[in-house]
Amino acid sequence: MSSTIPLAVEFTGGLELLFSNQRKHQISVPSSDSKGAPSNVGYLVKWLCENLIKDPRKEMFVLDHSVRPGILVLINDADWELEGEDKYELQANDEIVFVSTLHGG
Amino acid sequence: MPPHLCQLCHTSRAQILRPKNHARLCAPCFISTFEIEIASTITTSHLFHPGERIAIGASGGKDSTVLASVLQTLNERHGWGLDLVLLSIDEGITGYRDHSLEAVKRNSAELGLPLSIVSYEELYGWSMDQVVAQVGRGGKGNCTYCGVFRRQALDRGAAGLGVRHVVTGHNADDVAETVVMNLLRGDLPRLGRGTSVVTSMPSAVGMGTGKEWEGKGRVGEVACTSVKRSKPLMWAYEKEIVLYAHHKKLDYFSTECIYSPEAFRGSARTLIKNLERIRPESIMDVVRSGIDMAKLVPNAEGGPGSGKPEAVQRDAGEDAEGGCGGSNGEDAGGEMAQMERKLQQDEQAEEDGTETEIKIPTKAVNGQRHDRDTQTSATAAALTSNVNGQDHDRHTHPPSNTTTTVPIRTKQEKKSNRKATRDTPPPKQRLGQCERCGYLSSQAVCKACMLLEGLNKARPRTGIEVGGAGG
Repeated sequence: MSSTIPLAVEFTGGLELLFSNQRKHQISVPSSDSKGAPSNVGYLVKWLCENLIKDPRKEMFVLDHSVRPGILVLINDADWELEGEDKYELQANDEIVFVSTLHGG
Repeated sequence: MPPHLCQLCHTSRAQILRPKNHARLCAPCFISTFEIEIASTITTSHLFHPGERIAIGASGGKDSTVLASVLQTLNERHGWGLDLVLLSIDEGITGYRDHSLEAVKRNSAELGLPLSIVSYEELYGWSMDQVVAQVGRGGKGNCTYCGVFRRQALDRGAAGLGVRHVVTGHNADDVAETVVMNLLRGDLPRLGRGTSVVTSMPSAVGMGTGKEWEGKGRVGEVACTSVKRSKPLMWAYEKEIVLYAHHKKLDYFSTECIYSPEAFRGSARTLIKNLERIRPESIMDVVRSGIDMAKLVPNAEGGPGSGKPEAVQRDAGEDAEGGCGGSNGEDAGGEMAQMERKLQQDEQAEEDGTETEIKIPTKAVNGQRHDRDTQTSATAAALTSNVNGQDHDRHTHPPSNTTTTVPIRTKQEKKSNRKATRDTPPPKQRLGQCERCGYLSSQAVCKACMLLEGLNKARPRTGIEVGGAGG
């Protein structure tokens, strides 16, 4: 249970405001979830909500236990829909980017 | 799982799942496909003519940044010879626009396009910060002022540059939102404008050479406005615009206006985004439905009998582009619609020859048919306070059954059809120019000048003498 996965996560398109106004974060998440299953993107999103988000407006990031519609998720620069969405199992040094399309200019 | 391969080149890893057709593309193939589609929108709609001078309405946000980048790319690639300039509106909102204007300046340098910034301050003598300080922050009035001012600001900014065509970054999601909002408001006549790739302002009589626009000195003093607007990105998904910016590493700024909660638009936006998650084609289907419904609306922009469907007219006085949100203000917010109705009633009252009518104050509680009181300062108060008033239906409001009026003078009496004008919407294209600022208007004084009058009367220190437009 002690092993972790190093990841690079990035928040853009206005989302960075929820995360200390910092775009890029180097993090390490547990390699398995509470049930012992390998950590996936769904778990990462939950972890970010519990550990990294600073703004109380969590609903700007997550709605109904999933990334809010209108926020794009890129796994190693590809749409997460192409990678299995929240079921994608995290690999060491993956780059996960969350881009909001919800904010104006 | 093994990586998907791009469906176009069959060699690279697929990175983009296209919402409109579920195609899987690599980033380079996606970028070239996106550009080809925008070029196709431009050529099939005959948006530009060779050598045309075009102002790109630039906010520093994702849409206008992508628009500027794509237009610059296509212009060079296809040799269109377009003379592109960036045009930004500075509403004067500290902590909001000042940051995004920095992004526009970086884009200007990056793309090598000249940038022109016009401010509410120079056009009207009032920044939005000052307006908010004056009219209060919590009320619904702020966005109304901003929307009315913005409507003219892009045209005036363009005119000051000698440009007759402004392109904006409205995308398919924005258009779908606007369609939904118009439906939820029962405002079918406005569907046509929101869903047209081109909207044009009709030329005033005797105008049209463009010469009148130049050499007038200050931008606020431009005598005429006949600016075409178009939305080259209206068939592009917001998702693809953001991904285009991401994969091309474009520099844009994301923010929200600090004054505008925009709850109604926000709800429409949430609905659209929820639909997209379930069925991405929905967005384009809503846009298409909006276009088709607009064709069914009689006597409306884009409807039967309204002339060319491709170039829907923005009727000058009635055009209530405004609100703001993420869409640069091509559509009306709820309070904008109410404001518009209020002004139309004023206009109608004027047409009926009752602009000097005397009102029994106690009967006017629900705000029906406010009269103009011949431009006393009460007008200004009514303009702002009435925004919160009843949602009038301009087509059906009954003749004065709640307000007792006594016409004591009928300056502009229209003898023949007083009754008729009551029951029908006012004719749309009785265009003249605002007697104060020269902006195209169907009323003697345009909406911006009326708002300014109220602001200026309430401004204790400087009195009336502010700005070029307010007089």
